[in-house]
Amino acid sequence: MSTLQNMSTLQKVTLVEGKLFLREPMSVIFGVFFPTALLLGLGAIPALREPSEEFDGARFVEVWAPTALVLGIGILGLQHIPNVVSSYRENRILRRISTTPVHPATLLVAQLIVALAAAVAAAVLLIVAAWLVLDVPLPQEPLWFTVAFLVGFAAVLAIGMLIAAVAPNTRLANGLAMVAYMVAMFAGGVFLPRFLLPDALVRIGDYTPPGVQALLDAWSGDEAVASAVGVSSAGPPELLQLGIMALIAVVAGWAAARLFRWE
Amino acid sequence: MAIIEVTNLHKRYGDTVAVDDVSFSVDEGEIFGILGPNGAGKTTTVECVEGLRVPDRGTVTVLGHDPIQDRGELRQQVGAQLQESRLQDKLTVAEALDLYSSFYRQPADWNRLLEVLGLADKRNTQYRKLSGGQKQRLSIALALVGNPKIAVLDELTTGLDPQARRDTWDLIEQVRNSGVTIVLVTHFMDEAERLCDRLALIDSGRIAALDTPAGLVSRAAQEQRVRFRPSAPLDDDLLTGLPEVTAVQHSGQQTIVTGTGNLLHAVTSVLARNQIVAADLRVEQTTLDDAFIALTGRRLDTE
Repeated sequence: MSTLQNMSTLQKVTLVEGKLFLREPMSVIFGVFFPTALLLGLGAIPALREPSEEFDGARFVEVWAPTALVLGIGILGLQHIPNVVSSYRENRILRRISTTPVHPATLLVAQLIVALAAAVAAAVLLIVAAWLVLDVPLPQEPLWFTVAFLVGFAAVLAIGMLIAAVAPNTRLANGLAMVAYMVAMFAGGVFLPRFLLPDALVRIGDYTPPGVQALLDAWSGDEAVASAVGVSSAGPPELLQLGIMALIAVVAGWAAARLFRWE
Repeated sequence: MAIIEVTNLHKRYGDTVAVDDVSFSVDEGEIFGILGPNGAGKTTTVECVEGLRVPDRGTVTVLGHDPIQDRGELRQQVGAQLQESRLQDKLTVAEALDLYSSFYRQPADWNRLLEVLGLADKRNTQYRKLSGGQKQRLSIALALVGNPKIAVLDELTTGLDPQARRDTWDLIEQVRNSGVTIVLVTHFMDEAERLCDRLALIDSGRIAALDTPAGLVSRAAQEQRVRFRPSAPLDDDLLTGLPEVTAVQHSGQQTIVTGTGNLLHAVTSVLARNQIVAADLRVEQTTLDDAFIALTGRRLDTE
């Protein structure tokens, strides 16, 4: 097949998989809408949307906004992807594609594109809603925010794919995915706000995909917001954090590709 | 003309030999059956034909191509239906066919395919809402949507109710009549007997016999059975003394005589001489089932 044909096939498969994604209410609601709903919900509590002594005058909703995004990213990359990919293998959908002129990897690439599109939608919705409703400023370093978001999501996706690659069945994939999800959520401050976590855990969280601190640094224009949980500061995120996310994405992605079982 | 040629195929998984030494060829336009118990190596054999597995030894040629080296070309021309393969739950029938037809250079008109397969009114139905028979027909449609020269159908009617099975068989005959060569993998005798022009019986990774269904039956048909209910007690010695008779058995009130030659005439003559009437008299013909037992020493339906 020519490259051009491959591209149009990928486009078609991606469109179909996108439609299928929209037919899964759990993934759409929790992956795309829930982060925004949760942030707005918390913002309805006056104490959480007003400047607080505890954050040197910063507001909880501003400090916590990137964590809401981590929640959506986690649902998409560590719940939706491992579940869908391992069920495609278990139901022999990948095998069926292997009998056609199209390589089954096309289906996996389409899945990643759909997940990325959903994550971008979740991020845009969250940023705009937080800006309009809660007066959370738009990302002050848009370019760095985009980079932090992309490498962070890539790391999460790669881990999700690695789980799908090695888990022998959908049940085990879902179990492993749940563990990874819980770790990512805990480190991202979803269960307990990060300023309540011990300092060591906060620092580990800086380097745990998708890298909540890098998102926070690039998002907040206010020094007090960015540094509410520690040493980082507003502005471009630390390159070490971004570098580690990129490294995790590359290593986990490479391992997933190497270890992937097609049947 | 042979369009599939398999010579001395051997494939093992670890220590398990799945296919030991299999050779056969399939002619253009025929329905070729691969019949055998579960685990005999049927699926592995056709997966080598489809280019999904690399044989350890032996050669496979399909339409003049090597299924591994020329896999891109062959996948345009060989349609496959895999056993136990599902589709995405929420994919509709029309979406599935539209998508899969886009994979091929010269796809079939899938709207017509839906008509032929009786799925036209299910176009917008999601996969999870189809019945077992409808799912199977969709699976056949996907195997045919690329306008293949060869269709490999694995366990076509497993899990279908009797009516759906017969409908599927009619369909396969239509497909063959449209010029497609069909390789049918099955462990059902009745299916093989009804559909196949020629059959390879596979047992433990080897071909036990390769012939037409009638040819296989006649190989095993040296023996025949006469079964009846005698009107009065009958001394077995009267029957066992006949040269045609090899064995006499009893099952409830029934007497079952096994033998060769003109068995029926010999038995009825003895009965008539002794004024015994044979009620419920039946002559049992050898079936493909009997042929399988005769050729492999075991039953087909036991695993």
